[in-house]
Amino acid sequence: MRVALFLTCVNDTLYPDTGRAVVRLLTRLGVDVDFPMAQTCCGQAHYNTGYRHEAEPLARHFAEVFRDYEAIVTPSGSCGAMVRELYPRMGERARAEGRGDTLAATLAPVVPKTYELTEFLVDVLGVTDVGAYYPHKVTYHPTCHGLRGLGLGERPLRLLRAVQGLELAELPGAEECCGFGGTFALKNSDVSAAMGADKVRNAESTGAGVLCAADNSCLMHIGGTMTRLRTGMRPVHIAEILASTEEEPAV
Amino acid sequence: MSSRERILGRVRRALADVPRDDTPYERAVARDYLREHGERTPEETVDLLAENLADYRAVVHRTDAAGLAGVVAGLLASRGASSVLVPPGLDAAWLASADVTRVADRAESTPHELDRVDSVVTACAVAVAETGTIVLDGSPDQGRRRITLVPDHHICVVRVPDQVVSSVPQALGRLDPARPLTWISGPSATSDIELDRVEGVHGPRALDVVLVG
Amino acid sequence: MSGTFVGMPAFPEAARDAVRDTTLRGNLRHATHTIRAKRAKAVAEVTDWAELREAGKRIKDHTLRHLDRYLEQLEESVTAAGGTVHWAADAGEANRIVARLVKETGESEVVKVKSMATQEIGLNEALEAEGIRAYETDLAELIVQLGEDRPSHILVPAIHRNRGEIREIFAREMGEWGRPAPEGLTDTPAELAEAARLHLREKFLRAKVGISGANFMVADTGTLVVVESEGNGRMCLTLPETLISVVGIEKIVPTWRDLEVFLQTLPRSSTAERMNPYTSTWTGTTQEDGPRTFHLVLLDNGRTDTLADEVGRQALRCIRCSACLNVCPVYERAGGHAYGSVYPGPIGAILSPQLRGTGSAVDASLPYASSLCGACYEVCPVAIDIPEVLVHLRERVVEGGPVTRAGNKVVLQPAKGHAAERAAMRAARWAFTRPGALRAGQRLASRTRRLHPRTLPGPGRAWSGTRDLPPVPAEPFRDWWKRTQGGKGGAA
Repeated sequence: MRVALFLTCVNDTLYPDTGRAVVRLLTRLGVDVDFPMAQTCCGQAHYNTGYRHEAEPLARHFAEVFRDYEAIVTPSGSCGAMVRELYPRMGERARAEGRGDTLAATLAPVVPKTYELTEFLVDVLGVTDVGAYYPHKVTYHPTCHGLRGLGLGERPLRLLRAVQGLELAELPGAEECCGFGGTFALKNSDVSAAMGADKVRNAESTGAGVLCAADNSCLMHIGGTMTRLRTGMRPVHIAEILASTEEEPAV
Repeated sequence: MSSRERILGRVRRALADVPRDDTPYERAVARDYLREHGERTPEETVDLLAENLADYRAVVHRTDAAGLAGVVAGLLASRGASSVLVPPGLDAAWLASADVTRVADRAESTPHELDRVDSVVTACAVAVAETGTIVLDGSPDQGRRRITLVPDHHICVVRVPDQVVSSVPQALGRLDPARPLTWISGPSATSDIELDRVEGVHGPRALDVVLVG
Repeated sequence: MSGTFVGMPAFPEAARDAVRDTTLRGNLRHATHTIRAKRAKAVAEVTDWAELREAGKRIKDHTLRHLDRYLEQLEESVTAAGGTVHWAADAGEANRIVARLVKETGESEVVKVKSMATQEIGLNEALEAEGIRAYETDLAELIVQLGEDRPSHILVPAIHRNRGEIREIFAREMGEWGRPAPEGLTDTPAELAEAARLHLREKFLRAKVGISGANFMVADTGTLVVVESEGNGRMCLTLPETLISVVGIEKIVPTWRDLEVFLQTLPRSSTAERMNPYTSTWTGTTQEDGPRTFHLVLLDNGRTDTLADEVGRQALRCIRCSACLNVCPVYERAGGHAYGSVYPGPIGAILSPQLRGTGSAVDASLPYASSLCGACYEVCPVAIDIPEVLVHLRERVVEGGPVTRAGNKVVLQPAKGHAAERAAMRAARWAFTRPGALRAGQRLASRTRRLHPRTLPGPGRAWSGTRDLPPVPAEPFRDWWKRTQGGKGGAA
């Protein structure tokens, strides 16, 4: 199976450890992973801020870079949802604007074969115990696009429950948005910060040392709030937990 | 141009992009939802009605035809009611044991006059088990809408199991939209203070439902 | 819409004050969390919720698609049943019609059932200017009216008030409007409800004119439906001699049977009940039962403009249940007033900029008043994809384009104030379609990473005023991949 890692621009630039963890994890599970160097950005920030037409070249670029792979795996719920939910919509809108089927046809091949990491593990590889070891108390925050966009459901929790040494603490108000929301964090920073602070207080109340999620954008916001509020908790991407083993523990 | 023509013209222009579709309405909307939730015997349906009425603070009483007059009289007496509004077509036997002044439901009565009456006794058109609802349709045994509104105490008699349906879809099928309908699910209530339910505002604060089998 | 909202600041500024108001935050948190859990329970009771939701969506879509036909049918059936139908293209016309109808009765006061449409057009203020006093009779509307306040929630306009504040308002203001609050009134909800009962009773009993909205209008029978809890609706709909209902044209359903969907989904979504205490339906006038005269005012006021937008028109499916408000994390913290409209919360953020256009500061900012978390879409009983419409309206703000205003097609210019953002988006698009440029930028960031502050000056404070920035790593992932061939060779 030719599997491409779509790391996302944010992870590539700011969270290379997450990328390395995905590669390590998938390689350990026998998957041959490629990282197409031409990849950049799915266009989510453009699209969601109202710049759909600026997002179109990025979507086309994405489709060209990834079209020949059998599966495209991304450790980001929101970028995964961008491809799966919003690429088809971009195609429809272009059609409605009288620009024909070209965009829809270009984007269509990559849509069904794009998977968020935990989806790929559970649905495609059929594993929930990935042989991980992570001796920490962890609470899990389901990010909105993963939860309501992609419908990840219990998948991440099933994976976490199978991790040796990991103590899972239920997060109060887990399904409530952390307040990141892309440019929302800047345009409505007061409300965003208030949501972030509530999320962090809920996380703190679990007594866990680690808050885990499947999207580093949300973790950037939650983690930045954690250090500002001096909580002593840290944000960790789920890939880094699942990649961690007794022999090679995550730092 | 009249506003009627202006608005209809705007609607037509607004829909210019929508492809023509002449599918008859019966086929245009799929109705995959249930006609009722779960299978129940008629007795179980009546039980569910009683349960849901009580859940919304209606007080439920069960009796048979022979016991009805006694139950109604007892309910009026326990409220200390001295006057009761009576719809023109109410079975006189229902009030046979009650020692109260009967006030007829008349078009000339003012709201203030109705406000001085203690209780009202009516039948109903249909009752809905799943939602704990009784529906009045203004038939002669139910009277004008206002008589079940202004007095603070309403006794509603439901003939079971004939008048009971399971669900909202079944109830609508039994009702005549040309009649003025009042659907009642418990005494009046509000959620306006901190989004929590409190019973008892403008409508009758006491609702007794008598299930007659 | 209502004059009381003119000159509202943009959403972020209004929300800033609300976020810092700890009483308001506490009130909203308490109320929305109470109802959230109850709604979930009420919905879970119905095993076919998904099918009911889909049917509700389809009924509404079908109606909107043939709205002209159903409006004509409704007019015909209401008229045949003894009612009189009026058409109002905008708020001003609706207010003039209602004021004229009230004056024709010779009365100078009216009792009102809670109605979003009459709030939207500012009817009370318009009637006041004509010397007609309008008494709000819904408990929450009464709290707002007595407190000279603005509504902040669709279902519970006084949600921003807690019981203690309500007690204060009743004790202080009821005497000015009629029967004073009882001596020694406490803040228990039951006593507050009793005070409202006593205060309003004299008004109901003497009222000659009632004004309402409607939750549904049935085209084939001419039936109107009002769904309520307190009985104030029944009072206003049955005791007066004249009833005037002001209803948005999108409130139509084609057939009587269609109510079987909405009478199941609306109560569970709004008050989290299996069924609300009272639902009234009436068809024209009835001999010797209820009002002798019935007027229906059909209101456009921006609805046909909304209908012209193929993405935005789904907002017209709304049945005003307010489930989206109760579940919205932004609404919970910003409060309803920040939305500058009688329609707050997620639905307001897509309805107000469509009904009113995006000309004002607050309307242009509303499409951004969301983190796009999708909780609103999930609970919506008619499946309005609110995030989709929000993003669509953002596009309208930053890109401009063709829209319909007051029935005329116009082309909007891109909004001012987005120039820097637009330039940044274009630059990012340029870099992201050239992997080499992205890589150069990443390398520059990595090489200068020790110089990066954890907080930012100027506009960057929007982030770093409350959150630290993540450190920039020594090398981006793509450099590691290239250097190690994906960890297979070279130094990890």
